[in-house]
Amino acid sequence: MPPYPHGFKFTPNHEWIQISGDRGKVGITDYAQEQLGEVVYIELPDLGATLNQGESFGTIESIKAVSELYAPVSGEVVEVNSTLKTNPERVNAQPHDSWMIVLRLTKPAEADDLLDSGRYSALLK
Amino acid sequence: MERAVDAPLKRTPLFARHRASTARMTTFAGWEMPETYSGIAAEHLAVRTRAGLFDFSHLGEIEIAGSDSLDALQQLMCTDLAQLRPGHTQYSALLTSGGTFLDDVVVFSLAPRHFLVVVNASNIDRDHAWISERLGAFGDAVAVNVSARYALLAIQGPASEEVLQPLTGIDLPSVKPHAFSHGEVAAVRATVSRTGYTGEEGFELLVPPQSADRVWLAILDAGRSVDLVPAGLGACDTLRLEAGMRLYGYDLNEETTPLEAGLDWMVCWAKDSFSGKAALRRQQSEGVQKKLVGFELMDSGIARPGHRMWADGSLLGRVTSGTRTPFLKKAIGMGYVSAAHAVETFEVEIRHRRVRARVVPMPFYRRQRPFGA
Repeated sequence: MPPYPHGFKFTPNHEWIQISGDRGKVGITDYAQEQLGEVVYIELPDLGATLNQGESFGTIESIKAVSELYAPVSGEVVEVNSTLKTNPERVNAQPHDSWMIVLRLTKPAEADDLLDSGRYSALLK
Repeated sequence: MERAVDAPLKRTPLFARHRASTARMTTFAGWEMPETYSGIAAEHLAVRTRAGLFDFSHLGEIEIAGSDSLDALQQLMCTDLAQLRPGHTQYSALLTSGGTFLDDVVVFSLAPRHFLVVVNASNIDRDHAWISERLGAFGDAVAVNVSARYALLAIQGPASEEVLQPLTGIDLPSVKPHAFSHGEVAAVRATVSRTGYTGEEGFELLVPPQSADRVWLAILDAGRSVDLVPAGLGACDTLRLEAGMRLYGYDLNEETTPLEAGLDWMVCWAKDSFSGKAALRRQQSEGVQKKLVGFELMDSGIARPGHRMWADGSLLGRVTSGTRTPFLKKAIGMGYVSAAHAVETFEVEIRHRRVRARVVPMPFYRRQRPFGA
């Protein structure tokens, strides 16, 4: 079982968010990348896009499959990691370092209901 | 993946071997098969540059024999089987009376009036029933579903011959493309053909199921020197697509004919009659309504089966195969476009976006043959 970092919050859809102040970096978990296989394409939203919790903010594709990316909490997209456009395979190599977007949280309380690393790990068993 | 409770997944004789390894399993046509061992891209590249070993035991085999069996097959299939000499194979198709694909198959001529037909996994029972039903009209001919008697292994890639030769007494250089020979591989009775579904040099081996594991391990062992890898259906799909080979159930089905699929060369018009001939003749004289094209995307994105293709606001058709291939590193695909629109570029609707694509000749990839070969 790979370690799921403390200080991150997780969704049952296998996204993570690392919150600092009113900002949160969002990515997908090691489990998610393992299930997908080799990532070859990522589609991310435009800067300034506003998302509701659970809303799709993009897609991630492996050779075989396509998956939606869902916002763990509501917010505005204030940064997009464009290096993943050209190097999508980084998501496989370093899933917990490969943030996709940074959200400015508009409903920070939503984060309270996300899973911590212990509960997320338990979910995968 | 959803499936009916009363339809357990079928497993090949190598299932335990796959499960004991690092293979990630998937379901295909009712079979639990390895999707990948070490990553689809890595396996794809290994086959293009060295060698890969596949388990294709889910494919079916139907034996057809009897003094009237050649006449019968000439009626059931659209190619000219009179051209097929014993010891050789031929790519052929079973067509409905409407000229559409019931299946695409490979016919082995074992002896005069004795054939082995390798069919797609999803069609085994249907093909067998369809053939059997029609054989009665031809006198002395029988069809036997012998799928359980064979495991089918494929070694594909430029180093295939180098790996396989030390394991067999068959003189592999004398086995020409599309030909086969009977002998032993790793001391196991085997029928070895120079055939494949990857666009690469290679061999396919029909072996008894109880010995499949022995052959599998022997080839993996012999392949160590060239870094041969076991490979799954994921790489098989990207390899065959790069090579422009159609996949039944996606690019070919009961709604498409050889003329629409760009496989006109399969149709032997010189035969007096065969199933689907009248319908194909009509289609040939009237012109096809749709045509399979190969395409590559001009912008970022990946086309997938089912995506719609548009030009100037008109729906052209749908994508039937599509992926991003590891060797060419391009998003490529196939799809049927309305023949009324002879387009060179179009757009693929990928979820909410429209991505530009251009028609390119197939195959997308053609292996470089050594000089003089």
